[in-house]
Amino acid sequence: MDVSINGPKILFTLPVLGGINITESVVHAWLVMALIVGACLWLTKDLSVQNPGKKQIIAEKLVLMVRGLVDSNMGSRWAHFVPYIGTLFAFSFVSSVLSVTGLRSPTADFSVTLAMALVTFVLIEYYYFKNKGFFGFFKRLTEPIIVMTPMNLVSEVATPLSLALRHFGNIASGAIITTLVYGALTALSGFVLGWIPNTFIASIPIMQIGLPAVLSIYFDLFSSAIQAYIFVMLTMANIAGTAD
Amino acid sequence: MMERAIILAASAIGVGLAMIAGLGPGIGEGYAVGQACAAIGRQPEAQGKIQSTMILGCAIAETTGIYSLVVALILLFMNPLVNML
Repeated sequence: MDVSINGPKILFTLPVLGGINITESVVHAWLVMALIVGACLWLTKDLSVQNPGKKQIIAEKLVLMVRGLVDSNMGSRWAHFVPYIGTLFAFSFVSSVLSVTGLRSPTADFSVTLAMALVTFVLIEYYYFKNKGFFGFFKRLTEPIIVMTPMNLVSEVATPLSLALRHFGNIASGAIITTLVYGALTALSGFVLGWIPNTFIASIPIMQIGLPAVLSIYFDLFSSAIQAYIFVMLTMANIAGTAD
Repeated sequence: MMERAIILAASAIGVGLAMIAGLGPGIGEGYAVGQACAAIGRQPEAQGKIQSTMILGCAIAETTGIYSLVVALILLFMNPLVNML
């Protein structure tokens, strides 16, 4: 029995710029994008004001949920952030939940979460620039006194890094624990049934019944939803904080 | 070979020591959730607000634990010390 815990596998290499490795994360991220776009197209097909169908009610509910989230955390002047927050939440949640199907979730790769966090970081800096002006942008780094500048710079860099590491750490640790538990259960069922000479009976995965489902509910569904929510909440808090 | 074995053993011990940092977030989050429960008990109508604030606070308190986890993962799976021999 072997338990292997690896990073994302390299599926193929693009022969441009000296070879770009396309990993599982990239392919699965495109799969997630296709799923989300497909779901959006399906949900918003034949909308009508007079007699909304079931799909339209679900779509409206989802949009209103994101709108309410942005409204209660950022205020109504940031209403143009609803699409970005919704996209971030949908991508993060669907990517993490993808591990239910046995595929490796893209958010268990640090590069993906770092990319998501860097977009937020650029937005934070942009809105600082926009809300505080050129001098205010640099002045906030010297507050409360000029001696604190190095600390402020470190905390500036720490914002996207901690966002990315938190998301990556939670999803990746879930994947690792699930792999370890599967390995342990395989060994255990081999121990329980392995003495039977009949190979068919000996290979029944008797111990794998039950426990993986509970783990999957916690790590795949609950943890994914919580992490997507937290990522979105911190993004909103950081961006809305630029206006204070 | 011996040097490699020593580095690997020390890394394994280091991973275990790094994960002791899990204590802090555990205590902190437990305290936060306890206080949130008390707050919901006093003001059940503010449950939604308290819950979202608590989850956010827990996420931030968790950060140090996640950092230690990342250190442990690096030491376990892509040990940079072995390449320094």
